[in-house]
Amino acid sequence: MPTILGIDYPTLWFLVVGGLFSGYAILDGFDLGAGALHLFFQKEESRRIALNAIGPVWDGNEVWLVIGGGALFAGFPVLYATLFSGMYIPFMLFLAFLIFRAVSIEFRSKEKMKWWRQMWDVSYSISSAMLAVLLGVVLGNVLLGMEIGPSQEFEGNWVEFLNPYALLVGFTTLALFTTHGALYLLMKTEGRLYAKLTILARRAMIFFLTTFALLTLYTLIYIPHLSDRFKDVSWLFIVPVLAFLSIANIPRLISKRKYGQAFFFSGLTMALLLIVVAIELYPVLILSTIDKAYSITIYNAASSSRSMSIMLLIAAIGAPLVLSYTAFVFWTFRGKVELDETSY
Amino acid sequence: MDVEILSRLQFAFTIAFHYIYPPLSIGLGLIMVIMEGLYLRTKEPVYEQMARFWTKIFALTFGIGVATGIVMEFEFGTNWATYSRYVGDVFGSALAAEGIFAFALESGFLGILLFGWNRVSPRVHFIATIGVFFGSLFSAVWIVVANSWQQTPAGFHVVGEGMQARAEITDFWAMVFNPSSVDRLLHVWIGAFLAGAFLVLSVHAYYLLKERYVELSKKAFKIALGVATVFSLAQLLTGHHSADGVAVNQPAKLAALEGHFDSLAVADAYVFGWVDKENQEVTGLKVPGGLSFLLHYDFETPVRGLNSFPKDERPSALNAIFQFYHLMVAIGMALIALTLFASLQWWRGTLFSHRWLLWVFVFSVLLPNIANQVGWFAAEMGRQPWVVYGLLRTSDALSAAVTANQVLFSLILFAIIYTLLFVLFLYLLNKKIKAGPESGEQVQHSSRQEGMVGRLGV
Repeated sequence: MPTILGIDYPTLWFLVVGGLFSGYAILDGFDLGAGALHLFFQKEESRRIALNAIGPVWDGNEVWLVIGGGALFAGFPVLYATLFSGMYIPFMLFLAFLIFRAVSIEFRSKEKMKWWRQMWDVSYSISSAMLAVLLGVVLGNVLLGMEIGPSQEFEGNWVEFLNPYALLVGFTTLALFTTHGALYLLMKTEGRLYAKLTILARRAMIFFLTTFALLTLYTLIYIPHLSDRFKDVSWLFIVPVLAFLSIANIPRLISKRKYGQAFFFSGLTMALLLIVVAIELYPVLILSTIDKAYSITIYNAASSSRSMSIMLLIAAIGAPLVLSYTAFVFWTFRGKVELDETSY
Repeated sequence: MDVEILSRLQFAFTIAFHYIYPPLSIGLGLIMVIMEGLYLRTKEPVYEQMARFWTKIFALTFGIGVATGIVMEFEFGTNWATYSRYVGDVFGSALAAEGIFAFALESGFLGILLFGWNRVSPRVHFIATIGVFFGSLFSAVWIVVANSWQQTPAGFHVVGEGMQARAEITDFWAMVFNPSSVDRLLHVWIGAFLAGAFLVLSVHAYYLLKERYVELSKKAFKIALGVATVFSLAQLLTGHHSADGVAVNQPAKLAALEGHFDSLAVADAYVFGWVDKENQEVTGLKVPGGLSFLLHYDFETPVRGLNSFPKDERPSALNAIFQFYHLMVAIGMALIALTLFASLQWWRGTLFSHRWLLWVFVFSVLLPNIANQVGWFAAEMGRQPWVVYGLLRTSDALSAAVTANQVLFSLILFAIIYTLLFVLFLYLLNKKIKAGPESGEQVQHSSRQEGMVGRLGV
């Protein structure tokens, strides 16, 4: 099998996909978190500012999901097919909420009527929160393993995605996104909304610490196989340690009112937690709960080496381009939100 | 109903709905680039005013286009799992390229296009508009390449057998430039330019009839008429070329398009007609030997007919394919006639003196949009029973893990959401059109902009 720097292609592509999903979590995470908090803002002016804080960037952020999905399809078509068809209902709900979030943002500002704006605010906020929960639910099921049969098809019942563990991961995701979103909005706002957000950020942080502690306990007690890798390769334990330190740093920075730095660490936390997930899974992508031999791994799910090498080249050319104009857009809209006639 | 019918219905419904929006965005993108280019060149505020107006409409079509586009990407995995396993190795690189080169480009610059009027200089804004336009062009490239590969597969080999079989890429560029991709891409691009141009023509014709924004509308109408005339004619060429390609690469589809059954017979071309599948007859107005002539420049050469294919390798919805195809062609001809006539009036200086002509343009916006839809219906239904032509049957491409009830649930879900979305789209489009372009005084340049210009050094 061909390698680059001693790393085989499926592993490299596993890292690429992981990087894309981390990027998506960090970027759309703050949009979804800000959306989940939306109904806590009472005044029309506050809601408009909150919406316009993500206005110019949410669409670009969502593209990371499209690219991540495309990369998963391209690199691991077997996983893409099994996971998406096996979790049909959650993915369909995800799509529905994704559409509702997008159109809520677009439509709310188009009419002045109070009921109109209230309707889209509710739809925007619920959609954002549900998207975060559903992302977590899918991740939870991947961590738990699924009933994969010998032909690499899901053979379980469609309601199985709604299990306590997956829901717990869902709420943890929502909590982390909400914290992340609150911190983002703190960088973008002033005055009364800012004051309100300082309280919301603390509450979101407590919400996250609670769910995260529960999730960690649950994982250690009921899903011991996820810790195997850390037992075998003990130096990897540094990663969860870093993740915990990064999490601990967020409330410290919040109490010092250094929200920009706190935002950096909530983003870093997402990346580190996803690295923990990657270490727990690798090289398995979805463990079969029927028979370990049926599991989907990065090797039996991978595209051919030729296809992988083409895609690695595409990624190598494309990544700097994407990062540079993403940076340009964020730079153009840096600083506190100012409403003008082009705003939502 | 079974999973196959429901999954096909759902995919057809979601993609047909989606396809209302991207062509409008691509076409409006072109028009906006021209308008902003003219503004930079002439410095006449009227061009900026119209560019700003169309940007608002663009935001609406683009937003819905993005929201409804992710649905298809997910449906490959959710509803067509076997297809995804089969084509992933080939299709995947096109999809990855689309995401990274196209979507990221257009969505990245979209923020500046929509919200950057007062934050960046006109020149940087123009670059952002071009960025979004090129992004939308590229997204069409990759998705049409992927679809064309399904019509005329190339640059791959098949590995494994039975349910484990899958296509693996052997030559990336042969996959990209498969026999039908260039013709079809040009056809799709031009269809999109026409959809956008006719929307602009329609709205400004309406303003002229209502005597609102008269000077602005005359200028905008002429820009769009220029685009529409050139591309209506060009579409005839790409359409003809596409059909030649279909004759070589997908003979069963070509035979279905004209309802041609008998291989030994000369093939007719119909202006309109009705296909009787049972008796293998077409009734209608025809040019005898017309299809033979179009393909071989000779009225006598026989064309391979449907009967020369095994029964299970022929498209089944023959009359529907025939009707969709002929409707598309008829619309194409009508657009040529309409734009040439209007251009003649323009040349004579009487373009805006015929009220009836302006009324025709108000409603003509429906034509290219309908043609874009039915053209795709003919192309995709004509490919049946294959999802990948000659390699993988649609009935074999489904998800084994998904039940009919699940698909029924999602189909109803999408039907409700999309109906709501379409009503809202029309309502808001109407509202924006009624509101019209902002006058010069309303378009305020903040002092901030001047500062930005200095700092960016442009």
